[in-house]
Amino acid sequence: MLGFILRRLLIAIPTILMISVFVFSLQKLLPGDPVLAMAGEERDPATIAFLRQKYHLNDPVPEQYARWVLAAAHGDLGISLRTNQPVLQLIEEKLPVTIQLAIMAMIVALVIGLPAGVLSAYRRNTWVDWLSNAVALSGLSIPNFWLGIMLILLVSVRLGWLPASGYVSPWVDPWRSIQVMLMPAFVLGTGLAASLMRHTRSAMLGVLKSDYVRTARAKGLSERSVLVKHALRNALVPVVTVTTLLFGELLGGAVLTEQIFTIPGFGKLVVDAVFTRDYAVVQGIVLCTGVAFIAMNLLADVAYRLLNPRMRDQ
Amino acid sequence: MSTVLTELSPLPRRENRAWKKLRANPAALVGFVLVAFFILIAIAAPILPIDSPIATSWTEVRKPPSALHWFGTDDIGRDILSRMIWGARASLLAGVISVAIAVALGVPLGVAAGYLRGWTDAAISRMTEALLAAPFLILAIALAAFLGPSLTNAMIAIGLSAMPVFIRLSRAQTMDVLTEDYVESAHAIGIGHVALVWRYILPNIFPPILVQATLSIANAIIAEASLSFLGLGQQPPAPSWGSMLNVAKNFLDQSPWMALWPGIAIFLVVLGFNLVGDGLRDALDPRDT
Amino acid sequence: MKRHAFTLGLASALVVMGHLAHAADLRIGLQDDPDTLDPDQGRTFVGRIVFAAMCDKLVDITPELKIIPALATGWKWSDDGKALSMDLRQGVTFQDGEKFDAEAVKYNIERSQTLPESRRKSEVKSIASVEVNGPYSVTFHLKAPDATLLAQLADRAGMMVAPEVAKKEGDKFGLNPVCVGPYKFQSRVAQDKIVLVKDPNYYDAKDYHFDKVTYLPIPDTTVRLANLRAGDLDMIERLAATDVKSAEKDPKLVVKKATSLGYQGITFNIGNGAMAKNPFGEKAKLRQALSLSIDRNAINQVVFNGAFEPGNQPFPPGSKWYDKAFPVQPQNIAEAKKLLQEAGDPHPELTVQVTNNPVQMQLMQVIQSMAAQSGIKIKIVAKEFATLLKDQTTGDFEASQIGWSGRIDPDGNIYSFVVTGAGLNDGHYSNPQVDALLNKARLTTDDAVRKQSYDAAQAILLKQLPIVYLYHPVWIWALNKKIEGFTPYPDGMIRLKGVKFAG
Repeated sequence: MLGFILRRLLIAIPTILMISVFVFSLQKLLPGDPVLAMAGEERDPATIAFLRQKYHLNDPVPEQYARWVLAAAHGDLGISLRTNQPVLQLIEEKLPVTIQLAIMAMIVALVIGLPAGVLSAYRRNTWVDWLSNAVALSGLSIPNFWLGIMLILLVSVRLGWLPASGYVSPWVDPWRSIQVMLMPAFVLGTGLAASLMRHTRSAMLGVLKSDYVRTARAKGLSERSVLVKHALRNALVPVVTVTTLLFGELLGGAVLTEQIFTIPGFGKLVVDAVFTRDYAVVQGIVLCTGVAFIAMNLLADVAYRLLNPRMRDQ
Repeated sequence: MSTVLTELSPLPRRENRAWKKLRANPAALVGFVLVAFFILIAIAAPILPIDSPIATSWTEVRKPPSALHWFGTDDIGRDILSRMIWGARASLLAGVISVAIAVALGVPLGVAAGYLRGWTDAAISRMTEALLAAPFLILAIALAAFLGPSLTNAMIAIGLSAMPVFIRLSRAQTMDVLTEDYVESAHAIGIGHVALVWRYILPNIFPPILVQATLSIANAIIAEASLSFLGLGQQPPAPSWGSMLNVAKNFLDQSPWMALWPGIAIFLVVLGFNLVGDGLRDALDPRDT
Repeated sequence: MKRHAFTLGLASALVVMGHLAHAADLRIGLQDDPDTLDPDQGRTFVGRIVFAAMCDKLVDITPELKIIPALATGWKWSDDGKALSMDLRQGVTFQDGEKFDAEAVKYNIERSQTLPESRRKSEVKSIASVEVNGPYSVTFHLKAPDATLLAQLADRAGMMVAPEVAKKEGDKFGLNPVCVGPYKFQSRVAQDKIVLVKDPNYYDAKDYHFDKVTYLPIPDTTVRLANLRAGDLDMIERLAATDVKSAEKDPKLVVKKATSLGYQGITFNIGNGAMAKNPFGEKAKLRQALSLSIDRNAINQVVFNGAFEPGNQPFPPGSKWYDKAFPVQPQNIAEAKKLLQEAGDPHPELTVQVTNNPVQMQLMQVIQSMAAQSGIKIKIVAKEFATLLKDQTTGDFEASQIGWSGRIDPDGNIYSFVVTGAGLNDGHYSNPQVDALLNKARLTTDDAVRKQSYDAAQAILLKQLPIVYLYHPVWIWALNKKIEGFTPYPDGMIRLKGVKFAG
């Protein structure tokens, strides 16, 4: 197992390189002109020419990429064309926020999704099943912006229970930090819970009918132990797949939810960067999300092996 | 695994049985009726006795539901009911076709990765990671620029971005199934690769793929709206549920009905597809006798 | 590291308690995250709002757009209009303690002109040299008379940055800006907040009543308003026009408005490349027909709940530069149809590009529906701004729905857009008569003479219609009722002088 993880970590470096080439070239293919948008309303030609030169935008794309990679290898991710801030600093600011929101949202999703999935499979075709399905699917269909704005109007404006915005780092004020993140994590989490619930339910339905659950029951084990120890464990492969993917996506930033609750995470940063063609910022964030997805996929593959020890590498 | 032998029975008989099981399942029937209803109104839109979905009225801007406009009017005085009915076309197409693209591309890739392992797996998995890491927005803007604005291109963009989850799911499920005793024994008695994949792997990856596909439809319908916003997808003034929701965003407080109807419609369609998916899943479940 | 976090926590706890104690912190919701906070490099509207509290200008404006003293206490034009002398305020220091004097002004103007990244170059282009006459007296020598210069100095080009810091930081000055101004920069977290604190040494510190001002970018208008209602913000800019009525009904809020200096319109491609060869690019009659098909009052009612101001010229109807001989026309479908017939093209088609923001899309759909009444078929293409701008400059468009934020001096709203070869004339409209009139208007500071030139140019432009003007946005602020002393300005800035919490 350790060898497997090490090998995968080694492959991660070329993978990251490949991702960065892919995204870099994609960005250079985009229409629009970063300098034109940056030049200001007056669009002074001399300034435009200078900026093009300053950011090496006239050079061939491979050369631009090589320059970026070399600097990145030395820990310099460049500066934002839009705000002149170092990209590394932007990432240092946003990454903890994004991670915190992702973790809290995932907790919400797991706490709702897993038990609901298990229960509705177990109590199939009863009101429990129907209710969990309806709730899960509404969580999926209700747009995040709608739920978010409604929550702000109700909880913050009308009731005054939670702040509507104003991110605070957990190192500064843990209690307030959790308070501020509660609503966004709930909004994101309920959307994801639907996926987890549906996958758990489906996989559990399959497993509950299988021989080893029958055997476990025949052995006289308690229903609870049958459900959790035998059935759930065997049902988890698709759930793990989906969970790790969703978590990776969360680490890429949740644009709408961040905007509604004014949370300074990756989502808004990357959208603004794409729209202003702030390529250094995009590259920097993609680097992070790339690492996140690689880590998540690795985590999933490790989890598969733990769940099903026979699923070895060939 | 007592079911191994029954599994080897010819396919047509199983399908007949599946259809019977599907019909006997009331939930699946409800789902089927829901989906059929929306498909029907989408098809029948031109002949239904409704207002034009693009006719504006400056005196009827953002009016709540009334006898004249059952679903109310939108931000430039258009009848929301007709826009819902016409919008069903773009939204159902965007939802179904793009998920079909994602499944059609994702499942073979995932099965190949999980079955062949080694370099194939590495290549496909790394590609998946690259696709996941690239922001959807960039992909969408690039496609809008190169392919030009159209609903078809929007469906391609959504399909591509929805593909990774299907790759990952079918890969994991394939690897899982391959460890089962009955697969190993089937392999031992000399069943070829194609037959193995067809008979054992595909039926087993079917349930999670079905679940994911029916879930992805909701995302695809909503994603269509963000694409029409980038110039891809449905072009104004033609309606789609997603873009109706997008517009409604600014009027949640004053005109809540604008968001209500498309929200309900998306919920019902997704519910319908999920129920049908459940039914299909049960009907095709090899373990269910 | 841990201890650092702990002290930070303690400090913030104290800050929170302090906030409760005297609550002299002002929190302002902005629509966007500003770009770099260097007055010479900044290019966003929201950035200017932050500058308004942080960086004083040589001169300022009144709400009626009169130029008034600020860091310059007085000024005088030479008789030939080629030299502008200014007396400077004495005893003023930059926020880091550096002294403000004539040398600093000279440095600042030269920085605007020569910093390679400067976005102010065209604004101070007319200045040939800056002469220091004494410690508090400067003269700007101009290449040619420039009636617009004072207005330029009332905006970012006239903001004074601390020379020593600027020399040291170069193009990175915006990360830690130091100016003359009532509030100095404290910290910034991109997309999250910009914090300014009061400069106790500011010369007019007694008129500024907050210890701290925090700007928070909240792009969603509904959410911005909700934050204000929840008490998390004290003031927001650009309240959505459609939210005005509900905000006015809220007993805890006050709404303030000012008609902006800017406009929104449709720019036609008349001579920029091959795409100009379209019916609307070639025939002024088609453009007139489109303009006549548009019911500008209905647009205002439908899209902006009647809160904005319909317009047909680069200046709002209330401006002294507005030509009253050409009032906003009512919709006239019959006349529009007649014009189309005369042009021999009763059912022309036009593709209009528009920025992908919900309000502009809504606007274009309304126009699309109005134009259809006279037989004009409009195709709307939504583009994100970077693409739209690129396509517009390279001539890859038939018509473009775009606006202008507006300038204090009338020249800023018209010259660059219609004069042959001018920087923002993306449609490549060209008319020697218009060029001559608008160039003439630049040479004199006599408003009556200038108005004649502008009126004469308008008479031509309103027939040729290289740009069809639609409306003038109205700046709308919503404030917590406890805030006193806020004055709306047509430039949309938030000036904090005299603003305070009641009681």
